[in-house]
Amino acid sequence: MPPANPPKVGLLVTCLVDLFRPSVGFAAVTLLERAGCQVTVPSQSCCGQPAWNNGDRATTEALARTMIQAFEGCDYVVAPSGSCSGMLHKHYPELFRDDPAWAARATALADRTWELTRFLTDIMGLDTAIPGFAGTVTYHDSCSGLREMGVKDQPRRLLASLPGVELTEMPGADVCCGFGGTFCVKYPDISTHMVTEKVEAIVATGADTLLAGDLGCLMNMAGRLSRLGHDIDVRHVAEVLAGDPDTAPIGRAEG
Amino acid sequence: MQPHSADFPARAADALTDPELRRALTKFKTGFPVNRARAVANLPEFEALRDAAKAVKDHTLSHLDHYLEAFEARVRDSGGHVHWARDAAEARSIILRLATERDARLIAKGKSMVSEEIGLNAALEAAGIKAVETDLGEYILQIRGEVPSHIVAPALHLSKEQVAADFRRTHTHLPPDRPLDQPTDLLAEARGELRDVFLNADIGITGANFLVAETGSTIIVTNEGNGDLTQTLPRCHIVLTGIEKVVPTLADATLMLRLLARSATGQEITAYTTFSTGPRRADDADGPREFHVVLLDNGRSALLGTEMQEVLRCIRCGACMNHCPVYHAVGGHAYGWVYPGPIGAALDPALIGVKEARHLPNASTFCGKCESVCPVKIPLPKIMHRWREVEFEKRLSPPSVRQGLWAWGLFAKRPRLYRLITSIAMRVMGLMGKEGSFKSLPLAGGWTDTRDFPAPQGRTFQSMYKDRRHG
Ligand code: SF4
Repeated sequence: MPPANPPKVGLLVTCLVDLFRPSVGFAAVTLLERAGCQVTVPSQSCCGQPAWNNGDRATTEALARTMIQAFEGCDYVVAPSGSCSGMLHKHYPELFRDDPAWAARATALADRTWELTRFLTDIMGLDTAIPGFAGTVTYHDSCSGLREMGVKDQPRRLLASLPGVELTEMPGADVCCGFGGTFCVKYPDISTHMVTEKVEAIVATGADTLLAGDLGCLMNMAGRLSRLGHDIDVRHVAEVLAGDPDTAPIGRAEG
Repeated sequence: MQPHSADFPARAADALTDPELRRALTKFKTGFPVNRARAVANLPEFEALRDAAKAVKDHTLSHLDHYLEAFEARVRDSGGHVHWARDAAEARSIILRLATERDARLIAKGKSMVSEEIGLNAALEAAGIKAVETDLGEYILQIRGEVPSHIVAPALHLSKEQVAADFRRTHTHLPPDRPLDQPTDLLAEARGELRDVFLNADIGITGANFLVAETGSTIIVTNEGNGDLTQTLPRCHIVLTGIEKVVPTLADATLMLRLLARSATGQEITAYTTFSTGPRRADDADGPREFHVVLLDNGRSALLGTEMQEVLRCIRCGACMNHCPVYHAVGGHAYGWVYPGPIGAALDPALIGVKEARHLPNASTFCGKCESVCPVKIPLPKIMHRWREVEFEKRLSPPSVRQGLWAWGLFAKRPRLYRLITSIAMRVMGLMGKEGSFKSLPLAGGWTDTRDFPAPQGRTFQSMYKDRRHG
């Protein structure tokens, strides 16, 4: 059952979307508004994942406090990213486990935090996306979305509602692409090996567009695809669902 | 075994360019996971069993002293002896003493990761005692002078051609033109060699998959039957195992066994599952005359009561490494110590120190696959993450990481400053990246050596959104 009154949704923009690909943020706004939400974008920087992943608890806590305060007035927090929503949903409560007051606030926020495609379908009951984009696509399941946020069939359901879009699954769609936040620069040899195998699976589908729900994974796969000279477009799934055919694919020049 | 985990990046780089290893890992990647998936699909209550096993282990670990003492008492009742070893050195000296007192010359060994952990073979050899591994994989590694690369399939990194060459090199008393093309040829030849060892060994040393507090029994599982022969034929049987292997009852042990085989190899049960309780009794047909259990702590008890305690639930099935994309890429030797893969990344820092093992918990993308297949639901990424925190607290992280985080944190903690700086930076980068991506970027060689770096669209979302609302 979709909520009766327009819920107030705070958009967690995610640093990569904010800095590198604002079009994903606007696609998210379009989709949320279409689903009947009232969208706000609180002042924010980063959810703290780089610090968290490198064991820097003090910095993570400082960032998490800022984020908790920023989003406290919202009915829901929604991110076009499994890993950033996973950070709030799964790791913020862990972070404050020795601090009851903040733990309560973190848990309250965690309970209201969702990944975009799952929120649209499972909470808002959206079952049709916005036509405009056409092509054969393949979808990569980003690890955090899949295992921390329960995202699997939701983006596929929305893609299936688009008349011009055909989904070809790749084998091992749920195998990590080797991004892993700072992992990809700390262990570049291993990361490259993993993303190369992923690229082989993508290319073998014959799809002309690769989609996923996390910009980190997308930039990793796009970077390797283009270095190896493969002509496959890479996009965030939200852009396709919002019917945006015009923005240049990730890593390509406009126009 | 000497740890080499500090060299993880170099060992990983070697592994990635080793063609034999690549072939072996490619085959391995699809083998065990497919078998496990089939076994799990055939057992609707698998998820319920996982929860039950986790509960049994959690209960046992929170009363570990009680169950270990109960186990010790039952072993004594059945005529055996229990020895407590605080660390690797103590465990080695207990076993050396037992061996010298019995004037042992030859020891048959069943597969035991704990014996690798304490470097037992080298210690025995130094004392002039010959120890022969009787698990086929371990036997091959022993004649090659190598260490296991997987806790269930220790020689998975080798091809049968490599093994055939090793057998021809070492078994020089056999006819040189014998056929060794089939795995069965290799198995038959090893069996022939090992028969003498079983019959002549003074002592048999095995590990234990489980210890049962209720009965004082130890349980080992094998697929070759070598474990049975190792423990029943020699006149003295020594079980060497970690303190975390104890479970309260026989029923608990069978629950674990159902999960173990399915998670490890996808079998419903392993070919040989042996429960032994004490030495041979008067009317027993066979069995050792003496029965000793060496219980090793070696850093395990220090985890009790901490957030890392959950790692002690591990039943060493190897499922986490069978499903780990990083293990698939680099194999077990890259990890540089006895326990590789995700369980190694979670356990090794406790056993060999964070300084030595710091790469292991870092070399994970936190993809979470390991946790999703672990039969006892160990939150492996969470434990690896905790080790990263310990590393950071102890100031063992590289200066570049620490300084980078500090500088980034400075303005990330101030959203308005952050917005100002990032909006300027992205405009500049957007202008420089007119081609759509960068082929190289200063300070980002780790990325751009092998991948293009997508250029930003030019303005930040936050600045555009603000303009749009106010415009
Ligand atoms: S951590 Fe879990 S999956 Fe890995 S070996 Fe131990 S029990 Fe098996």
